[in-house]
Formats: sequence, C-alpha cells, structure tokens
Amino acid sequence: MTWRRRQERWMKVAMMAATSLLIGSFFALLTVLVVKGWQAISWSMVVKLPTGGAYFGGEGGILNAIVGSLLLAVGATSLSLLVALPTALLLQPDYAGRKKFAQFLRSLLDGLWGVPSIVYGACGYALLVALGWRACLLGGLIALAFVELPIMVRAMDEALGIVPKAMKEAAYALAFTRYETMRHVVLRQALPSLVTAVLLAFGRGIGDAASVLFTAGYTDNIPRSLFDPVASLPLTVFFLLNTPFEEGQRRAYAAAFVLLVLVLAVNVLARVITKPLSRYIVR
Amino acid sequence: MAKVMSRRLFWDRTFTVLLWGAGCLVIGLTGTLFTALFWRALPLLHRQPLSELLMGTQWQPAKEAFGFLPFLIGSLGVTLTAMAIAVPLSLLTAVYLAEYARPTVRLLLKPMVDLMAGIPSVVYGVFGVLVIVPAVGKLAAFVKTYLPSVPLLTPSAPPTGYSLLAGGIVLALMVSPTVIAVMDEILRSIPMSLREAALALGATRWETVRFVVLRAGHPGIVSAVLLGFARAFGETMAVVMVVGNVPSIPKSLFDPAYPLPALIANSYGEMMSVPLYDAALMLAALWLFLSVLAVNLVAQHFLRRVRRGWAG
Repeated sequence: MTWRRRQERWMKVAMMAATSLLIGSFFALLTVLVVKGWQAISWSMVVKLPTGGAYFGGEGGILNAIVGSLLLAVGATSLSLLVALPTALLLQPDYAGRKKFAQFLRSLLDGLWGVPSIVYGACGYALLVALGWRACLLGGLIALAFVELPIMVRAMDEALGIVPKAMKEAAYALAFTRYETMRHVVLRQALPSLVTAVLLAFGRGIGDAASVLFTAGYTDNIPRSLFDPVASLPLTVFFLLNTPFEEGQRRAYAAAFVLLVLVLAVNVLARVITKPLSRYIVR
Repeated sequence: MAKVMSRRLFWDRTFTVLLWGAGCLVIGLTGTLFTALFWRALPLLHRQPLSELLMGTQWQPAKEAFGFLPFLIGSLGVTLTAMAIAVPLSLLTAVYLAEYARPTVRLLLKPMVDLMAGIPSVVYGVFGVLVIVPAVGKLAAFVKTYLPSVPLLTPSAPPTGYSLLAGGIVLALMVSPTVIAVMDEILRSIPMSLREAALALGATRWETVRFVVLRAGHPGIVSAVLLGFARAFGETMAVVMVVGNVPSIPKSLFDPAYPLPALIANSYGEMMSVPLYDAALMLAALWLFLSVLAVNLVAQHFLRRVRRGWAG
C-alpha cells in the first residue's frame, strides 16, 4: 500500500514539475523579450523608416517591417479566407454528397496542415523564377496564404461541424435552399468560431518568416505596388540579430518585441471576441 | 412565384459551383506545388541517382558535389533530441492538465499553453540565442573538462553552444504546446465511466491514468507525438538561429549540425549563381514536403479514428 501511495505522490510531483518547467520557460521567454525589447524600443523606432545600412548600425526605425508585416498578413489572410470558407463549407455533409471526395480533400488538408512553411517559400520562389518576377509583395502574399490556408480550413471545418443538424433540418423543412441555409443559419450560428479561426490564421501568418524569406524580399521602404519587395518583422529579427553592431541588434529586439505584442494581442482578441459575436446564437 | 423560385434556385446553384471551384482550386494548387518542386529538382535527379545523393557526405556546390547525408542526419538528430525532451514533458503536462489539475488551475494554464503555441518561431529563436545557447555553451565546456571521452556527449570541437542540443531544446519548447493540446483533447474525450470503473476497483489515480486512460488513448497519443515530430522536422527559423550550421555529420550533442530546412533558408541568396544548386535545394524541399505529408497523414488518420471511436 505504501508503495502505491508513494508512486502516486511521485508521479504527481513529476507532473507538476513538467508543467512548471514549461510554463516557467514561457514566462522566461516573455521576460527576456520584454526586457530586451523595452530597452530597445522608442517612439522613433516605431514611426521611422531605416535610413540604409541597418546591418551596420545605420539610423532609423523599423516602420518598414511593421507596415510590411501588416500588409503581408492582412493580404494573405484575406486571400486565404476567399478559398478557405468555401472549401470548409464544401466539406460539410450538406454539400460533399460524394463522400469520397470530401474525405480526400480533408486528408489532403490534414497533410498540408503541417507542411513546413519553408517548402511553400521555396516553391513560391520556383514559381517566381518561372514567371520571371523578382521577390515582391504579391509573391509573399501567395506563399503566406498557402501557409494559412490549411490552418484556416481545419478550424472552420470544426466550427461548421458543431452547428446542430436539427437546425439545418428545420431550415430545409421550411424549403430553404442550401445556399439560404448556409447563409442565414449555419454561417450565423458558427460566426464566433469562424472569426476565431481567421484571427488564429492571421496570428500564424504574421509571425511566419520562412515562407516570405524567398518570396517577399526585403527593403528599407514601404512598397508602392504589389510588385515591390516588402520587409517584414520576423525577417528583420532574423537578419539583424547577428549583427555585431549594437544599433542593429536593438532593432532586432524591438522588432521581436513588436511581433510578440502583435501576436499575443491577436490571440487574446481571438479568445475575447467570441462573446460579443455570440449574441445571436441559438443554444 | 415561379420567378422568385427560379432566382433562388439560380443563387443556390451558383453558390454550389463556387464551393466546388474552391475545393478543386485547393487540390489543383497542391498539385501545382508538388509539380513545381519536382520539375525544378529534376535536373539533379537526371544526373545522379537518388541513393547516391542521399548517402553522399560531400557538400560542395561549386564542385557540383551534393551529398545530403550530413543534413539528413542533422535534421533527424535535432528532431529526435527535441522529441526526447518534448514527449515526456508534454505527456506529463497533458495528464496533469486533463486528469489532475483543479478546474481553476486548468482554466489558468490551458490558455497559456495555447498562447505558447501561437508564438512565432523567430521569437523562440531570439530566446534561444539569448538564453539557451549560452547555457548549453557552459554545459558543453563543463562536459569537455570533466567527461573528456564519452561518445555522443563529449564535444569534438571547441564548444560554442550553437549545437544540436540547443536546437533540440528550442524545438522542444516550440513543439510541446501543440503536442499538449492534441493529447489533452484526446485524454478528455475518454469516457468518464472507464475511469470510474478503475477507481471503483481501488486503483489509485495514477494507476487509473496508466492502465486505463493512457491505454485507451494510446493511438491518439502516438498521433500527437507524430504531429509534433512532423512540426519539428520542418521547423526552420528557430533552428537556423541556434544550431550552428556546419555541414558535417555531428558526432556529439554539443556539436553544431545543419538540418535540411536550415540549408534551404541559408542558401537562397547564392542558389541561382551555381548550376544545379537550386535543383539540389528544391530536392531538399521536396523531400521535406513528402516526409512531413506522409507523417501527418498517418497521424491524422489515427486521430480521426480515435475521435470517431469515442463518439459512436
């Protein structure tokens, strides 16, 4: 009996130790980044463009990266949404009459879900070269949309799947077409979770560096058209962290800090926003 | 009346066509992606058989020697190190969150784990460079002085901290939240009646977990581990920042390594200037794509079966 009790106690200690180790590293990460970032960040850092030679400790801020990252993430999320929402609807039993097709599409998306973003980046680069373009905002948008698509479809598929069958049947019984059922019943009922899905994909997109490394390029300016190269926060961190010049490193810490704040804000928003959106939901 | 009806039917049909279009677009794009990678990698495959490329140890693009073995071993080494750390840690945490933690504690910790999963990889990379690499460097120096000839452990070069182990630790931190989330979901989906039966027979809580809960959920737990493996295998930015990037086969945990994704990320600038270089990198990307796709498909297949099993 004592052995079993001891075992119980030790396992509990081990579990708590593992949990505290993980949560502890999470807080250590937050602390390190916030401290470093807070020292580096200033108003002029956020609102000024770099004046060239950032790697060698040039003047200026990281506005190019902040604007670039927002452009990339907003654009890619919208692009991805255009394909993800219809695809997720198609996966519902109302549409995927031929079950084999839905199963195939779903497994394909499951497989794509974890494909490393560097693969999308490399492939996007191959396409750019084939088209004779150079790295630009549009290339980055497309590669990033690819990264976000499986994440978004999967979350949406789950959100739509939770809508009660009885609700759809009630709509069909009132002679709603499928389109009307989807638009007036299913989408409305699933809205909070759908918005969460979009925000989570946005959070993933804004932090992704590997996909835009080849496809979006890097620049000190804000792009004027879809065919200009564009900077991004993760790449700023990646390029400037290893410079021996303190001014450049400060910029990397500031970029990492801004990125972290943006991502955490989006994640928190994704959790909070479900409440006001749930007002018209039938439970 | 007929007019209204036909308009409604028209919209319904248009919408259906739109949905099918989106579905086909997804399939088409995936096909394009695969074809583009394959097509770009083809010149190299024409020149050398795949087995020779995978087993070659020389990486000298200027001399057209493309041996992938150091990178494959680097990738596997970093990923396995990461999983060796992440799996026990995640399993213990997931069991704690799902079985032991009080509702209030769970309500506090679960969102934190989910937040951790959303943090971008470069941020983990910065943390790795600032904290983990120096720590690993100190540990390596200690090992070199006090354990001068242990295989797989004693660093073969002057240790810098930029090493397999540093990459593994950073990856473990990155992957754990995802693995925990899947495991937690699986554990919570196991019917309460199974636990009640075990507890009624006088099992302790740990015995219930070990002999009933973990056993019932084990396909799901295996797939969670596989998903984590796939994620770690392809992770690029955090790894490239801490792993050292030396293209030779690492001989110990404290030696630098050079995983495949890091190779692709580091070489994009120069790859157009050397013939066949881009083909070699595209082949690396293709290899990553296919291996991750395969592991994911297996994992998701198991997961779906587990989920369906408990529901029905």
